Amino acid sequence: MANVISDETMEYVGILAKLELSDEQKEQAKKDMERMLDYIDKLNELDTSAVEPMSHVFPVNNVFREDEVTNGDDRESILKNAPAQKEGSFKVPKTVE
Amino acid sequence: MAKQYETVIGLEVHVELATKTKIFCGCSTAFGGAPNTHTCPVCTGMPGSLPVLNKKVVELALAVGLATNCKIHQYCKFDRKNYFYPDNPQNYQISQLYLPICYEGGIEIETPAGKKVIGIHEIHMEEDAGKLIHDEWEDCSLVDYNRSGVPLIEIVSEPDMRSAEEVIAYLDKLRLIIQYLGASDCKLQEGSMRADVNLSVREVGAREFGTRTEMKNLNSFKAIARAIEGERARQIELIEEGKKVIQETRRWDDNKEASHPMRSKEDAQDYRYFPDPDLVPVIISDEWLQEVRDRQPELRTEKLARYKAEFDIPDYDAGILTETKQMADLFEQTTAICHKPKKVSNWLMGETLRLLKEEGKEPDELDFSPENLAKLIELTEAGTINQTVAKEVFEKIFREDIDPEKDVEEHGLKTVNDAGELRRIVEEVIASNPQSVSDYRGGKAKALGFLVGQTMKAMKGKANPGAVNQMLKELLG
Repeated sequence: MANVISDETMEYVGILAKLELSDEQKEQAKKDMERMLDYIDKLNELDTSAVEPMSHVFPVNNVFREDEVTNGDDRESILKNAPAQKEGSFKVPKTVE
Repeated sequence: MAKQYETVIGLEVHVELATKTKIFCGCSTAFGGAPNTHTCPVCTGMPGSLPVLNKKVVELALAVGLATNCKIHQYCKFDRKNYFYPDNPQNYQISQLYLPICYEGGIEIETPAGKKVIGIHEIHMEEDAGKLIHDEWEDCSLVDYNRSGVPLIEIVSEPDMRSAEEVIAYLDKLRLIIQYLGASDCKLQEGSMRADVNLSVREVGAREFGTRTEMKNLNSFKAIARAIEGERARQIELIEEGKKVIQETRRWDDNKEASHPMRSKEDAQDYRYFPDPDLVPVIISDEWLQEVRDRQPELRTEKLARYKAEFDIPDYDAGILTETKQMADLFEQTTAICHKPKKVSNWLMGETLRLLKEEGKEPDELDFSPENLAKLIELTEAGTINQTVAKEVFEKIFREDIDPEKDVEEHGLKTVNDAGELRRIVEEVIASNPQSVSDYRGGKAKALGFLVGQTMKAMKGKANPGAVNQMLKELLG
């Protein structure tokens, strides 16, 4: 394996993804990520300089809606998905700016 | 000699677009609804929901791009900007990084040193976040997603501004262009226009930029000017003390006139952008672009030139009348009815501005009809009512948009043009004010004014003051 994921990188990726991993899981994730990067290296062997980057696999574009209100007040059902609620709002742990 | 510093400023301006619905769902964008009553699975980020782009958003973004001389990416797409914060229910904001809809534009501003072009790096479309309210009683925050998914454009300038004055001139110009296009109402106080200031300082003559900071929470032109002065001073002080400016986001507290660093959104500013697979690319054909171009309304600079040529009104007046679209529309519509541009301008520049100021209102809150102002002008011009009565009637038009013809009729406000009636009243006034009469005859010209006043009072203001004056002089010999 050519690519090595450091403990710091693992830590950083964990923070970004909001994941708490056990030491065992961290080791496994490191191995998985290293294998992925190795595969990317393999792909990089291809010369793609003349190829447009692709963002979508389907040849579909310009899917629009008209600017017309189609949704009414559906607060009750929306709030059913809230882990906690208060006064018609989603209740979350205090956030400070 | 003390070192000379130059301030280098670039702006990121967010503008809420004036659409009826959100950018990716059919929820209303109306301001002020009860919390979460304008939400659906899409704008609350429920798994499995599918965003569909509002066509109007693309057209408004194009309109702003064309009016600010931008190039257009006719193949553009949306990307996900990933971060965790409760105001962002999907844990990513749909925005544009790789192919923003507009790029490489610029607008011209006036500075004391002459005209200057401020470059626009890009304009991209994105969605707004929800609103967090910090609960006063409990240790928690409440999230209202009514604003989540409201369409925004972010206009990113080049670092071309060098002073608070240039920043204000740029923002003002931008605001006018966007308001004229009807793309947004651009109210800083209500948050439909928000500006973040990127600022660095460097020694005059230096080629490299200094380290910049980003200032947020600026909700008036005055706050922006104060924040720029404050941040410039803070950075110069750090440099003079041999310390380093740290690249960070700071929050301006306008009451304290100071800023403090914002706690970063979970340490890292690593948004890991990638193309949004839920949204297919947008292809803007030449025909579509031309349609938008053909629909562009007359902007202020063009309007200003036309007013001078067409209506023969002073530059100063033309400047004030075109400062807001509401005022300009009112002027043009009223003039189209009564064909008296100078009179219309006088009513708008005089009484209208006075009443707006008195009531602490902005010109975009004007809601009387051009028809009623035109009628009032006709009534005054025909001599049916005098100037004093006209001002009283105008206040009613301003407040309640009443029909002046009906009002004058109902309240009997017509000027009395009956010479016999006028003579009778003037004779009465002369008879009951012997002192003033003898003062006037004795050479005190001032006494005549008093007698005119008495006559006007006796006629409840419905006389023509010129005619009263003449009648008095005639009868007093």
